[in-house]
Amino acid sequence: MQRPVHRRALPALLAVAALVAAACGSSSSPAPVSSAAAPASVAPAASSSVTPAPAATAPASAAAAASGATSATTLKVALVAPSAVNDLAFTQSMVEALNSIKARYNLQVAISDNQFVVSTAANVIRSYASQGYNLVIAHGSQYGSTLQQLAPQFPNVSFAWGTAGSTFNQPNIFAYQANSNEGGYVQGAMAAMLSTSKVLGVIGPIAVGDAKLYVDGFCAGAKSVDPTISCIPVYTGSFSDVSLFATAAKTFVSNKADVLTGTAQAVVGAIGVARADNLPWFGTQWTQVSLAPHNVVSSQIYNWAPILEQIITEIRGGKLGGATYTVTLGNGGETIQFNSGFNLPANVKAKADELIKGITDGLVNVPQ
Amino acid sequence: MSQFFTAAVLTSTVAAGIALATPFLLAALGETLGQRSGVINLGVDGIMLLAAFATYYVALRTDDVLLAILAGMGTGLLMGVVTAAVSVTLKAEQGISGIGVYLFGLGFSDLLFQKLVGTPLPITTPPQVGIPLLDQIPVLGGMFFDQSPLVYLAFLLVPVVAFVLNHTTYGLKIRAAGENPAAADSLGVSVARIRWSTVLLGCTFAGLAGASLLLYDGIFQVNLTQSEGFIAVALVYFGAWRPSGVMAGSLLYGLVGAIILTWKSLGIIPLSGSDLAATAPAVITVLALLFVARRFRQPAALGKPYEREA
Repeated sequence: MQRPVHRRALPALLAVAALVAAACGSSSSPAPVSSAAAPASVAPAASSSVTPAPAATAPASAAAAASGATSATTLKVALVAPSAVNDLAFTQSMVEALNSIKARYNLQVAISDNQFVVSTAANVIRSYASQGYNLVIAHGSQYGSTLQQLAPQFPNVSFAWGTAGSTFNQPNIFAYQANSNEGGYVQGAMAAMLSTSKVLGVIGPIAVGDAKLYVDGFCAGAKSVDPTISCIPVYTGSFSDVSLFATAAKTFVSNKADVLTGTAQAVVGAIGVARADNLPWFGTQWTQVSLAPHNVVSSQIYNWAPILEQIITEIRGGKLGGATYTVTLGNGGETIQFNSGFNLPANVKAKADELIKGITDGLVNVPQ
Repeated sequence: MSQFFTAAVLTSTVAAGIALATPFLLAALGETLGQRSGVINLGVDGIMLLAAFATYYVALRTDDVLLAILAGMGTGLLMGVVTAAVSVTLKAEQGISGIGVYLFGLGFSDLLFQKLVGTPLPITTPPQVGIPLLDQIPVLGGMFFDQSPLVYLAFLLVPVVAFVLNHTTYGLKIRAAGENPAAADSLGVSVARIRWSTVLLGCTFAGLAGASLLLYDGIFQVNLTQSEGFIAVALVYFGAWRPSGVMAGSLLYGLVGAIILTWKSLGIIPLSGSDLAATAPAVITVLALLFVARRFRQPAALGKPYEREA
């Protein structure tokens, strides 16, 4: 017969509690992990280079005037993001944008990264809203329904989310999106010119949002150069499973693919394959040169700063939402960054420049 | 579909499936040892994460793969001490303590990664090693005999663990501790010592699983395992607590995953079905588990802390 184990239960429970407490020491709590306040005399820019979508109707001059009047007040901004602040992709693009403007716009920034679990993220977003943050950025399309529920409960808090095109008709929700198909188109055309096997490896997470746009744009660009080229994307079903991305890349390579690209936080696994097999890699969302200095041909960079400037100007002007913004190659919210460590043939570079100019000038139509 | 049934595609698909199966196999073999002695360890995934980070960090700093693997195994061993202390010596409820270990591994590995590394950098992964002569066999050579050394090690461990469990005195004691610890105790077997040893071995295997996963990916990321440790625990049930069954389950999971990816890359699975197909490995394994679990009985004392009668 076994005796009750109550005598031993307490130290065991304490040990478990200690382990759990230690585990909770990462950045999942809504405590600020980075913040800075600029000198009060620094005034924000009166306008940005990003033009809002038709939904954004507030007069820029009025907003600028209002912002100028209130810029001495610190604006508290919280960012909730699905992956790590240094993911070299989606989350990092927003973190870098916030860091680039926080001093100029007198922002106090708090970041909660690695919020893959939407239910947990919802609690973090609610926590920020109830703590008096002026703007809560939910950086992921998976957070949409959460904002739809929370926004009416915090009418004085401004929320922003993306990539998405809907504000749910809420007066305190901004939406932002990226025309990633434009950069994808340029890079796809370059990939087709670099490929000798005429098989491209394209890896995405789930066929939604800017990931699908990028993948579709990449294949459209490739086929604009060579209509017979093989460009069949693989969606792994996960934004974060590095092993699946690595395996997908290896599968493509074994099926003769000689140029690779991908989008999502998990691309680090696929980039490792490109590096190991010395194949060209095209990045998106953020620069990925550090992962494969001699293999990354170029990266489509998201620059959210102009959009954030616009949103902050609106908030300081008293408008808390109701507008949608889009970054494009044309408005400078997206740029193609070429890697000097990759020996890019001159004709390929020239083609890329030609397409960028064509898209910017509206002369090249990129399929949606 | 015809493009799938070519030698090159079949070879690469099976080879990828075997490589994908390796972390599951290593972790599940270790868990098998623990469960046969009566200890269920739900912290495998957390241990894999910590070991993967240790492997990554040592490889990044030293560029020495062997040392990195040892660091991963050492981390597993260290976490085994924690697990055994909580589950065996303190006799905590094993499910709860395992979840605590998992959460610790998940959070602490990320914390260390953010503090010690920051911006992710790739490491040099070990090259695939062909087994002389065998790797020249058409098709089969490329499938089975041109892999990472850790893949060979994992599959070699299957008969070793089976032999230890079924044909050695130590194996007999393990099974006795898992089936009837009171009887084993009455025959002079130290149940606590046996369980400590299997937990230490199992966690070291989990550490090796984390190392193999890391070296396959070539980089660390938060929650790198994507719950592979929990799948490994399920595969022990799938394999009916037998090393050969565990190997079959691991291969099934890895191969289905590789086949799905290949079919997607060849356009056999349309984009509209892509997301549904991504769930196939888990769905097939769960269905197989439901079928197999009815036919076998788990160790009688599994999950029950043993306290000697007064």
